[in-house]
Amino acid sequence: MTDAPKRTPLYDLHVELGGKMVDFAGWEMPVQYPLGIMGEHKQCREKAGLFDVSHMGQVILRGANVAAQLEKLAPSSFTNLKEGKARYTFFTNDNGGIMDDLIVSNAGDHFFVVVNASMRHQDIPHMEKHLEGVEVTEIFDRALVAVQGPSAENVVGALCPAACDMRFMETIVADINGVSCRLSRLGYTGEDGYEISIPEDRAVEITRAFLAHPDCEPAGLGARDSLRLEAGLCLYGNDIDNDTSPVEASLTWAMQKRRREEGGFPGAARIQKELTEGAGRKLVGIKPLGRAPARQGVEVHCAEGSPIGSITSGGFGPTVGGPVAMGYVAAGHGAPGEQVSLIIRGKAQPAEIVALPFVTQNYKR
Amino acid sequence: MTTYYSEEHEWITVAGDVATLGITQHAADQLGEIVFCEQKEAGDTFEKGEEIGVIESVKAASEIFAPLDGEVIAANETLTETPGALNETPEGEAWIYKIKLADPAQLEELMDLDGYKALIG
Repeated sequence: MTDAPKRTPLYDLHVELGGKMVDFAGWEMPVQYPLGIMGEHKQCREKAGLFDVSHMGQVILRGANVAAQLEKLAPSSFTNLKEGKARYTFFTNDNGGIMDDLIVSNAGDHFFVVVNASMRHQDIPHMEKHLEGVEVTEIFDRALVAVQGPSAENVVGALCPAACDMRFMETIVADINGVSCRLSRLGYTGEDGYEISIPEDRAVEITRAFLAHPDCEPAGLGARDSLRLEAGLCLYGNDIDNDTSPVEASLTWAMQKRRREEGGFPGAARIQKELTEGAGRKLVGIKPLGRAPARQGVEVHCAEGSPIGSITSGGFGPTVGGPVAMGYVAAGHGAPGEQVSLIIRGKAQPAEIVALPFVTQNYKR
Repeated sequence: MTTYYSEEHEWITVAGDVATLGITQHAADQLGEIVFCEQKEAGDTFEKGEEIGVIESVKAASEIFAPLDGEVIAANETLTETPGALNETPEGEAWIYKIKLADPAQLEELMDLDGYKALIG
Protein backbone atom coordinates (compact mmCIF):
# COMPACT_ATOMS: atom_id res chain seq x y z
CA MET A 1 0.00 0.00 0.00
CA THR A 2 1.60 3.26 -1.03
CA ASP A 3 -1.46 5.40 -0.33
CA ALA A 4 -1.76 7.10 3.04
CA PRO A 5 -3.61 4.82 5.44
CA LYS A 6 -7.34 5.42 5.65
CA ARG A 7 -9.19 6.34 8.81
CA THR A 8 -12.51 5.04 10.06
CA PRO A 9 -15.24 7.35 11.43
CA LEU A 10 -13.98 6.40 14.90
CA TYR A 11 -10.35 7.46 14.36
CA ASP A 12 -10.48 10.56 16.57
CA LEU A 13 -12.22 8.60 19.30
CA HIS A 14 -9.47 5.94 19.24
CA VAL A 15 -6.83 8.63 19.68
CA GLU A 16 -8.83 10.26 22.47
CA LEU A 17 -9.11 6.89 24.24
CA GLY A 18 -5.34 6.42 24.05
CA GLY A 19 -5.37 3.88 21.23
CA LYS A 20 -1.96 2.99 19.83
CA MET A 21 -2.54 3.39 16.11
CA VAL A 22 -0.89 1.12 13.54
CA ASP A 23 -1.26 0.59 9.80
CA PHE A 24 -3.38 -2.51 9.19
CA ALA A 25 -4.39 -3.47 5.64
CA GLY A 26 -4.16 0.19 4.62
CA TRP A 27 -6.11 1.48 7.62
CA GLU A 28 -4.93 3.32 10.71
CA MET A 29 -6.33 1.14 13.46
CA PRO A 30 -5.82 0.79 17.22
CA VAL A 31 -3.69 -2.24 18.09
CA GLN A 32 -4.34 -1.64 21.79
CA TYR A 33 -5.54 0.93 24.32
CA PRO A 34 -4.01 1.76 27.72
CA LEU A 35 -5.63 -1.35 29.24
CA GLY A 36 -3.23 -3.46 27.13
CA ILE A 37 -3.75 -6.52 24.94
CA MET A 38 -3.93 -8.92 27.88
CA GLY A 39 -6.42 -6.77 29.79
CA GLU A 40 -8.56 -6.12 26.72
CA HIS A 41 -8.58 -9.83 25.94
CA LYS A 42 -9.74 -10.74 29.44
CA GLN A 43 -12.27 -7.90 29.43
CA CYS A 44 -13.82 -9.46 26.34
CA ARG A 45 -13.91 -12.96 27.83
CA GLU A 46 -15.31 -11.80 31.17
CA LYS A 47 -17.44 -8.71 30.38
CA ALA A 48 -17.46 -6.91 27.02
CA GLY A 49 -14.95 -5.45 24.61
CA LEU A 50 -15.74 -3.01 21.82
CA PHE A 51 -13.84 -3.24 18.53
CA ASP A 52 -13.89 -0.88 15.57
CA VAL A 53 -14.17 -3.14 12.52
CA SER A 54 -15.18 -0.35 10.14
CA HIS A 55 -12.20 -1.20 7.96
CA MET A 56 -14.02 -4.33 6.85
CA GLY A 57 -15.98 -4.08 3.63
CA GLN A 58 -19.77 -3.80 3.95
CA VAL A 59 -21.57 -4.64 0.74
CA ILE A 60 -25.20 -4.70 -0.31
CA LEU A 61 -26.33 -7.14 -3.00
CA ARG A 62 -29.65 -6.55 -4.72
CA GLY A 63 -31.32 -8.56 -7.42
CA ALA A 64 -33.84 -11.28 -8.13
CA ASN A 65 -31.47 -14.20 -7.69
CA VAL A 66 -28.77 -13.10 -5.29
CA ALA A 67 -28.79 -16.37 -3.33
CA ALA A 68 -28.42 -18.55 -6.40
CA GLN A 69 -25.79 -16.25 -7.86
CA LEU A 70 -23.74 -16.33 -4.65
CA GLU A 71 -23.74 -20.11 -4.82
CA LYS A 72 -21.67 -19.80 -8.01
CA LEU A 73 -18.85 -18.24 -5.98
CA ALA A 74 -19.07 -19.90 -2.58
CA PRO A 75 -19.69 -23.52 -1.51
CA SER A 76 -22.33 -22.71 1.11
CA SER A 77 -26.08 -22.84 0.67
CA PHE A 78 -27.79 -19.45 0.39
CA THR A 79 -31.07 -20.36 -1.28
CA ASN A 80 -32.24 -21.77 2.07
CA LEU A 81 -30.79 -18.93 4.14
CA LYS A 82 -33.86 -17.47 5.81
CA GLU A 83 -34.53 -13.77 6.07
CA GLY A 84 -32.83 -12.40 9.16
CA LYS A 85 -30.14 -15.08 9.18
CA ALA A 86 -26.39 -14.76 8.63
CA ARG A 87 -23.94 -17.42 7.45
CA TYR A 88 -20.15 -17.75 7.48
CA THR A 89 -18.76 -18.69 4.07
CA PHE A 90 -15.83 -18.18 1.69
CA PHE A 91 -15.18 -17.51 -1.95
CA THR A 92 -13.23 -20.35 -3.54
CA ASN A 93 -10.97 -20.18 -6.59
CA ASP A 94 -10.81 -22.61 -9.50
CA ASN A 95 -8.15 -24.63 -7.70
CA GLY A 96 -10.34 -25.05 -4.63
CA GLY A 97 -8.34 -22.56 -2.57
CA ILE A 98 -9.96 -19.86 -0.47
CA MET A 99 -10.04 -16.32 -1.90
CA ASP A 100 -11.51 -14.76 1.24
CA ASP A 101 -13.86 -15.63 4.06
CA LEU A 102 -16.96 -13.54 4.68
CA ILE A 103 -20.35 -13.28 6.31
CA VAL A 104 -23.47 -13.29 4.15
CA SER A 105 -26.81 -12.19 5.63
CA ASN A 106 -30.27 -12.40 4.14
CA ALA A 107 -31.66 -8.93 4.88
CA GLY A 108 -35.03 -9.50 3.20
CA ASP A 109 -35.04 -7.21 0.18
CA HIS A 110 -31.26 -7.55 -0.20
CA PHE A 111 -28.24 -9.52 0.99
CA PHE A 112 -25.71 -7.91 3.29
CA VAL A 113 -22.10 -9.07 3.01
CA VAL A 114 -19.06 -8.28 5.16
CA VAL A 115 -15.60 -9.05 3.76
CA ASN A 116 -12.07 -8.69 5.11
CA ALA A 117 -10.47 -5.23 4.95
CA SER A 118 -7.45 -6.54 3.08
CA MET A 119 -9.59 -8.27 0.45
CA ARG A 120 -12.14 -5.54 -0.35
CA HIS A 121 -10.29 -4.58 -3.51
CA GLN A 122 -10.50 -8.19 -4.72
CA ASP A 123 -13.95 -9.21 -3.51
CA ILE A 124 -15.97 -6.29 -4.84
CA PRO A 125 -14.81 -6.66 -8.48
CA HIS A 126 -15.10 -10.44 -8.09
CA MET A 127 -18.77 -10.13 -7.16
CA GLU A 128 -19.43 -7.46 -9.79
CA LYS A 129 -17.95 -9.68 -12.47
CA HIS A 130 -19.63 -12.95 -11.58
CA LEU A 131 -22.97 -12.18 -9.91
CA GLU A 132 -25.28 -11.86 -12.93
CA GLY A 133 -28.25 -9.56 -12.51
CA VAL A 134 -27.00 -8.47 -9.09
CA GLU A 135 -26.32 -4.88 -8.15
CA VAL A 136 -23.19 -4.77 -5.96
CA THR A 137 -22.98 -1.68 -3.77
CA GLU A 138 -20.09 -1.11 -1.38
CA ILE A 139 -21.09 0.94 1.64
CA PHE A 140 -18.68 3.74 2.53
CA ASP A 141 -20.83 5.79 4.88
CA ARG A 142 -21.35 3.36 7.73
CA ALA A 143 -19.10 2.36 10.60
CA LEU A 144 -19.02 -1.23 11.84
CA VAL A 145 -18.57 -1.81 15.56
CA ALA A 146 -18.30 -5.19 17.31
CA VAL A 147 -19.37 -5.53 20.94
CA GLN A 148 -18.18 -8.92 22.15
CA GLY A 149 -18.31 -10.78 25.43
CA PRO A 150 -20.74 -12.27 27.95
CA SER A 151 -21.97 -8.76 28.86
CA ALA A 152 -22.55 -7.77 25.22
CA GLU A 153 -26.28 -8.39 25.52
CA ASN A 154 -26.47 -6.03 28.51
CA VAL A 155 -24.35 -3.39 26.81
CA VAL A 156 -26.21 -3.42 23.49
CA GLY A 157 -29.59 -4.26 25.02
CA ALA A 158 -29.44 -1.17 27.22
CA LEU A 159 -29.64 0.97 24.08
CA CYS A 160 -31.58 -1.44 21.90
CA PRO A 161 -33.90 -3.84 23.75
CA ALA A 162 -34.62 -5.79 20.55
CA ALA A 163 -31.01 -7.00 20.61
CA CYS A 164 -31.78 -9.20 23.62
CA ASP A 165 -34.26 -11.30 21.64
CA MET A 166 -31.76 -12.16 18.92
CA ARG A 167 -29.93 -15.46 18.74
CA PHE A 168 -26.53 -16.39 17.29
CA MET A 169 -26.26 -15.64 13.54
CA GLU A 170 -29.42 -13.54 13.41
CA THR A 171 -29.55 -10.04 11.94
CA ILE A 172 -32.09 -7.24 12.34
CA VAL A 173 -32.49 -3.54 11.67
CA ALA A 174 -33.36 -1.59 14.80
CA ASP A 175 -33.08 1.91 16.22
CA ILE A 176 -30.25 2.88 18.55
CA ASN A 177 -30.56 6.42 19.90
CA GLY A 178 -33.10 7.03 17.16
CA VAL A 179 -30.74 5.91 14.40
CA SER A 180 -31.52 2.95 12.19
CA CYS A 181 -28.68 0.41 12.58
CA ARG A 182 -28.13 -3.17 11.45
CA LEU A 183 -27.36 -5.52 14.32
CA SER A 184 -26.00 -9.01 13.73
CA ARG A 185 -25.49 -11.39 16.64
CA LEU A 186 -22.07 -12.75 15.71
CA GLY A 187 -18.41 -11.87 15.84
CA TYR A 188 -14.95 -13.34 15.69
CA THR A 189 -13.85 -13.74 19.29
CA GLY A 190 -15.57 -16.98 20.29
CA GLU A 191 -17.83 -14.96 22.59
CA ASP A 192 -21.45 -13.93 22.33
CA GLY A 193 -21.79 -10.49 20.81
CA TYR A 194 -22.94 -8.22 18.02
CA GLU A 195 -21.61 -6.45 14.99
CA ILE A 196 -23.45 -3.19 14.50
CA SER A 197 -23.49 -1.21 11.27
CA ILE A 198 -24.03 2.47 12.10
CA PRO A 199 -24.38 5.56 9.86
CA GLU A 200 -20.99 7.26 10.08
CA ASP A 201 -22.27 10.61 11.29
CA ARG A 202 -23.72 8.98 14.42
CA ALA A 203 -21.03 6.32 14.93
CA VAL A 204 -19.01 8.22 17.55
CA GLU A 205 -22.09 9.08 19.58
CA ILE A 206 -23.38 5.50 19.62
CA THR A 207 -19.94 4.03 20.29
CA ARG A 208 -19.56 6.38 23.25
CA ALA A 209 -22.97 5.25 24.50
CA PHE A 210 -21.84 1.60 24.42
CA LEU A 211 -18.58 2.49 26.16
CA ALA A 212 -20.51 4.38 28.85
CA HIS A 213 -21.73 1.00 30.11
CA PRO A 214 -19.56 -0.05 33.06
CA ASP A 215 -18.96 -3.52 31.56
CA CYS A 216 -17.71 -2.26 28.18
CA GLU A 217 -14.12 -1.24 27.33
CA PRO A 218 -12.50 -0.52 23.97
CA ALA A 219 -10.29 -3.30 22.60
CA GLY A 220 -7.82 -3.28 19.71
CA LEU A 221 -6.51 -5.52 16.98
CA GLY A 222 -4.05 -7.22 19.34
CA ALA A 223 -6.80 -8.61 21.54
CA ARG A 224 -8.93 -9.39 18.49
CA ASP A 225 -6.15 -11.65 17.22
CA SER A 226 -5.52 -13.50 20.49
CA LEU A 227 -9.27 -13.93 21.04
CA ARG A 228 -9.91 -15.42 17.61
CA LEU A 229 -6.86 -17.67 17.88
CA GLU A 230 -8.00 -19.11 21.22
CA ALA A 231 -11.44 -19.59 19.66
CA GLY A 232 -9.85 -21.59 16.83
CA LEU A 233 -11.08 -19.17 14.16
CA CYS A 234 -9.09 -18.82 10.95
CA LEU A 235 -7.42 -15.56 9.96
CA TYR A 236 -7.39 -14.97 6.22
CA GLY A 237 -3.81 -14.67 4.99
CA ASN A 238 -2.47 -16.73 7.90
CA ASP A 239 -4.50 -19.91 8.27
CA ILE A 240 -6.39 -19.83 5.00
CA ASP A 241 -5.39 -18.45 1.61
CA ASN A 242 -5.54 -19.10 -2.11
CA ASP A 243 -3.72 -22.44 -1.70
CA THR A 244 -5.61 -23.90 1.25
CA SER A 245 -8.88 -25.68 0.60
CA PRO A 246 -11.87 -25.63 2.97
CA VAL A 247 -11.33 -29.34 3.61
CA GLU A 248 -7.71 -28.77 4.61
CA ALA A 249 -8.76 -25.84 6.80
CA SER A 250 -11.43 -27.94 8.59
CA LEU A 251 -14.13 -25.57 7.36
CA THR A 252 -16.39 -28.21 5.82
CA TRP A 253 -19.05 -27.33 8.44
CA ALA A 254 -19.62 -24.16 6.42
CA MET A 255 -20.43 -26.20 3.31
CA GLN A 256 -23.97 -27.47 3.60
CA LYS A 257 -24.77 -31.01 2.51
CA ARG A 258 -26.49 -30.11 -0.76
CA ARG A 259 -23.54 -28.01 -1.88
CA ARG A 260 -21.00 -30.70 -0.98
CA GLU A 261 -22.92 -33.22 -3.04
CA GLU A 262 -23.97 -31.05 -5.99
CA GLY A 263 -20.85 -28.95 -6.38
CA GLY A 264 -21.28 -26.07 -8.79
CA PHE A 265 -18.80 -23.73 -7.10
CA PRO A 266 -15.23 -22.82 -8.13
CA GLY A 267 -12.76 -25.58 -7.33
CA ALA A 268 -15.49 -28.16 -6.72
CA ALA A 269 -13.39 -30.89 -8.35
CA ARG A 270 -10.60 -30.64 -5.76
CA ILE A 271 -12.89 -29.95 -2.82
CA GLN A 272 -15.24 -32.86 -3.56
CA LYS A 273 -12.28 -35.16 -4.11
CA GLU A 274 -10.84 -34.15 -0.75
CA LEU A 275 -14.22 -34.63 0.91
CA THR A 276 -14.23 -38.22 -0.33
CA GLU A 277 -10.58 -39.16 -0.10
CA GLY A 278 -9.32 -36.80 2.57
CA ALA A 279 -6.97 -33.86 2.20
CA GLY A 280 -3.20 -34.05 2.10
CA ARG A 281 -2.91 -31.80 5.14
CA LYS A 282 -5.15 -30.58 7.89
CA LEU A 283 -5.37 -27.45 10.03
CA VAL A 284 -5.14 -28.43 13.69
CA GLY A 285 -4.71 -26.87 17.11
CA ILE A 286 -1.20 -27.12 18.49
CA LYS A 287 -0.39 -26.49 22.15
CA PRO A 288 3.26 -25.74 22.87
CA LEU A 289 4.01 -27.51 26.16
CA GLY A 290 6.70 -25.04 27.21
CA ARG A 291 6.35 -21.31 27.58
CA ALA A 292 7.78 -20.19 24.26
CA PRO A 293 5.14 -18.93 21.82
CA ALA A 294 5.37 -20.52 18.36
CA ARG A 295 4.78 -17.88 15.72
CA GLN A 296 3.70 -18.13 12.08
CA GLY A 297 6.24 -20.09 10.01
CA VAL A 298 7.57 -22.32 12.78
CA GLU A 299 8.16 -25.87 11.51
CA VAL A 300 6.26 -28.78 13.04
CA HIS A 301 8.07 -32.11 13.31
CA CYS A 302 6.58 -35.49 14.19
CA ALA A 303 7.77 -37.54 17.15
CA GLU A 304 10.22 -39.35 14.85
CA GLY A 305 11.76 -36.00 13.93
CA SER A 306 10.76 -35.39 10.33
CA PRO A 307 8.93 -32.23 9.20
CA ILE A 308 5.15 -32.63 8.91
CA GLY A 309 3.95 -29.04 8.62
CA SER A 310 4.13 -25.52 9.95
CA ILE A 311 2.45 -23.02 12.25
CA THR A 312 0.11 -20.54 10.56
CA SER A 313 -1.04 -18.59 13.64
CA GLY A 314 0.55 -18.61 17.03
CA GLY A 315 1.05 -16.49 20.07
CA PHE A 316 0.19 -16.16 23.71
CA GLY A 317 -3.36 -17.00 24.78
CA PRO A 318 -4.23 -14.82 27.78
CA THR A 319 -7.24 -16.94 28.79
CA VAL A 320 -5.32 -20.20 28.29
CA GLY A 321 -2.44 -18.63 30.21
CA GLY A 322 0.20 -19.91 27.82
CA PRO A 323 1.15 -20.23 24.19
CA VAL A 324 -1.41 -21.43 21.64
CA ALA A 325 -1.07 -22.11 17.92
CA MET A 326 -2.72 -23.47 14.80
CA GLY A 327 -1.00 -25.00 11.85
CA TYR A 328 -1.14 -27.53 9.04
CA VAL A 329 0.13 -31.08 9.45
CA ALA A 330 0.36 -33.78 6.82
CA ALA A 331 -2.33 -36.43 6.46
CA GLY A 332 -1.75 -39.30 8.85
CA HIS A 333 -0.87 -36.84 11.59
CA GLY A 334 -2.94 -34.45 13.63
CA ALA A 335 -4.98 -36.64 15.97
CA PRO A 336 -5.53 -34.89 19.31
CA GLY A 337 -2.92 -36.05 21.79
CA GLU A 338 -0.19 -36.61 19.20
CA GLN A 339 3.15 -35.39 20.50
CA VAL A 340 5.09 -33.18 18.07
CA SER A 341 8.04 -30.79 18.16
CA LEU A 342 8.14 -27.16 17.13
CA ILE A 343 11.42 -25.82 15.81
CA ILE A 344 11.68 -22.45 17.53
CA ARG A 345 14.92 -20.55 16.87
CA GLY A 346 16.64 -23.78 15.88
CA LYS A 347 15.62 -25.78 18.95
CA ALA A 348 12.98 -28.48 19.09
CA GLN A 349 10.31 -27.62 21.67
CA PRO A 350 7.66 -30.14 22.76
CA ALA A 351 4.06 -29.60 21.73
CA GLU A 352 0.84 -31.54 21.47
CA ILE A 353 -1.92 -31.65 18.89
CA VAL A 354 -5.19 -30.55 20.51
CA ALA A 355 -8.79 -30.23 19.43
CA LEU A 356 -9.89 -26.68 18.59
CA PRO A 357 -11.02 -24.36 20.06
CA PHE A 358 -8.65 -23.72 22.96
CA VAL A 359 -11.44 -21.88 24.77
CA THR A 360 -15.06 -23.02 24.69
CA GLN A 361 -17.13 -20.90 22.32
CA ASN A 362 -19.84 -19.03 24.15
CA TYR A 363 -22.53 -18.26 21.57
CA LYS A 364 -26.22 -17.67 22.32
CA ARG A 365 -27.74 -20.39 20.19
CA MET B 1 27.74 2.79 40.86
CA THR B 2 27.55 3.95 37.27
CA THR B 3 24.86 2.74 34.95
CA TYR B 4 25.58 2.46 31.25
CA TYR B 5 23.01 2.24 28.45
CA SER B 6 23.09 0.73 24.97
CA GLU B 7 21.29 1.77 21.82
CA GLU B 8 19.46 -1.56 22.05
CA HIS B 9 17.80 -0.27 25.24
CA GLU B 10 19.81 -2.30 27.72
CA TRP B 11 21.34 -1.09 30.96
CA ILE B 12 24.50 -2.34 32.63
CA THR B 13 25.78 -1.64 36.12
CA VAL B 14 29.26 -2.72 37.15
CA ALA B 15 30.40 -3.73 40.63
CA GLY B 16 33.97 -4.98 40.69
CA ASP B 17 34.34 -7.35 37.75
CA VAL B 18 30.69 -8.40 37.76
CA ALA B 19 28.18 -6.52 35.66
CA THR B 20 24.39 -6.76 35.77
CA LEU B 21 22.47 -6.44 32.51
CA GLY B 22 18.80 -5.81 31.87
CA ILE B 23 16.41 -3.97 29.58
CA THR B 24 15.24 -0.43 30.24
CA GLN B 25 11.75 0.51 31.34
CA HIS B 26 11.37 2.28 27.99
CA ALA B 27 12.13 -0.99 26.17
CA ALA B 28 9.70 -2.92 28.36
CA ASP B 29 6.97 -0.35 27.73
CA GLN B 30 7.54 -0.54 23.98
CA LEU B 31 7.46 -4.34 23.95
CA GLY B 32 4.15 -4.49 25.78
CA GLU B 33 3.13 -7.31 28.08
CA ILE B 34 6.01 -9.78 28.22
CA VAL B 35 5.06 -13.45 28.30
CA PHE B 36 8.33 -15.27 27.65
CA CYS B 37 12.05 -14.78 28.19
CA GLU B 38 14.69 -17.12 26.74
CA GLN B 39 18.16 -16.79 28.25
CA LYS B 40 21.64 -18.19 27.81
CA GLU B 41 23.16 -20.30 30.55
CA ALA B 42 25.97 -19.68 33.00
CA GLY B 43 29.29 -20.26 31.27
CA ASP B 44 28.10 -19.18 27.82
CA THR B 45 30.36 -16.58 26.28
CA PHE B 46 29.29 -13.97 23.77
CA GLU B 47 30.59 -11.15 21.66
CA LYS B 48 29.22 -7.66 21.22
CA GLY B 49 26.26 -7.67 18.84
CA GLU B 50 25.53 -11.37 19.33
CA GLU B 51 22.01 -12.50 20.20
CA ILE B 52 21.99 -13.47 23.85
CA GLY B 53 18.30 -14.04 24.45
CA VAL B 54 14.76 -13.48 23.27
CA ILE B 55 11.91 -11.63 24.89
CA GLU B 56 8.40 -12.25 23.63
CA SER B 57 5.44 -10.03 24.33
CA VAL B 58 1.82 -10.67 23.42
CA LYS B 59 2.65 -8.82 20.20
CA ALA B 60 5.99 -10.16 18.96
CA ALA B 61 9.40 -11.66 19.63
CA SER B 62 12.42 -9.38 20.14
CA GLU B 63 16.05 -10.43 20.42
CA ILE B 64 18.41 -9.24 23.13
CA PHE B 65 21.76 -8.28 21.61
CA ALA B 66 24.95 -8.23 23.65
CA PRO B 67 26.14 -4.63 24.18
CA LEU B 68 29.71 -5.88 24.73
CA ASP B 69 31.83 -9.04 25.00
CA GLY B 70 31.52 -11.23 28.06
CA GLU B 71 30.50 -14.44 29.78
CA VAL B 72 27.26 -15.29 31.54
CA ILE B 73 27.82 -15.83 35.25
CA ALA B 74 24.14 -16.23 36.04
CA ALA B 75 20.79 -15.82 34.32
CA ASN B 76 17.88 -14.50 36.36
CA GLU B 77 15.89 -17.72 36.49
CA THR B 78 12.81 -16.12 38.03
CA LEU B 79 12.07 -14.69 34.57
CA THR B 80 11.30 -18.17 33.27
CA GLU B 81 8.31 -18.49 35.57
CA THR B 82 7.37 -14.81 35.81
CA PRO B 83 8.42 -13.08 32.58
CA GLY B 84 5.85 -10.38 33.34
CA ALA B 85 8.29 -9.04 35.98
CA LEU B 86 10.18 -7.53 33.03
CA ASN B 87 7.33 -5.06 32.66
CA GLU B 88 7.26 -4.23 36.36
CA THR B 89 10.87 -3.90 37.48
CA PRO B 90 13.09 -4.23 34.37
CA GLU B 91 15.72 -1.93 35.89
CA GLY B 92 15.62 -3.65 39.28
CA GLU B 93 14.67 -7.16 40.35
CA ALA B 94 13.95 -8.28 36.79
CA TRP B 95 17.58 -8.03 35.67
CA ILE B 96 18.44 -10.58 32.98
CA TYR B 97 22.12 -11.54 33.43
CA LYS B 98 25.05 -11.26 35.73
CA ILE B 99 28.04 -11.18 33.40
CA LYS B 100 31.81 -11.08 33.49
CA LEU B 101 33.11 -8.40 31.16
CA ALA B 102 35.79 -9.50 28.70
CA ASP B 103 36.97 -5.97 28.09
CA PRO B 104 35.80 -3.28 30.55
CA ALA B 105 37.07 -0.63 28.13
CA GLN B 106 34.00 -1.41 25.97
CA LEU B 107 31.85 0.31 28.60
CA GLU B 108 33.17 3.61 27.33
CA GLU B 109 31.37 2.99 24.04
CA LEU B 110 28.01 2.96 25.84
CA MET B 111 25.86 5.91 26.89
CA ASP B 112 25.28 7.48 30.27
CA LEU B 113 21.79 8.24 31.51
CA ASP B 114 21.69 11.68 29.88
CA GLY B 115 22.80 10.21 26.57
CA TYR B 116 20.16 7.51 26.80
CA LYS B 117 17.42 9.99 27.71
CA ALA B 118 18.37 11.99 24.64
CA LEU B 119 18.13 8.82 22.52
CA ILE B 120 14.61 7.93 23.61
CA GLY B 121 13.50 11.56 23.52
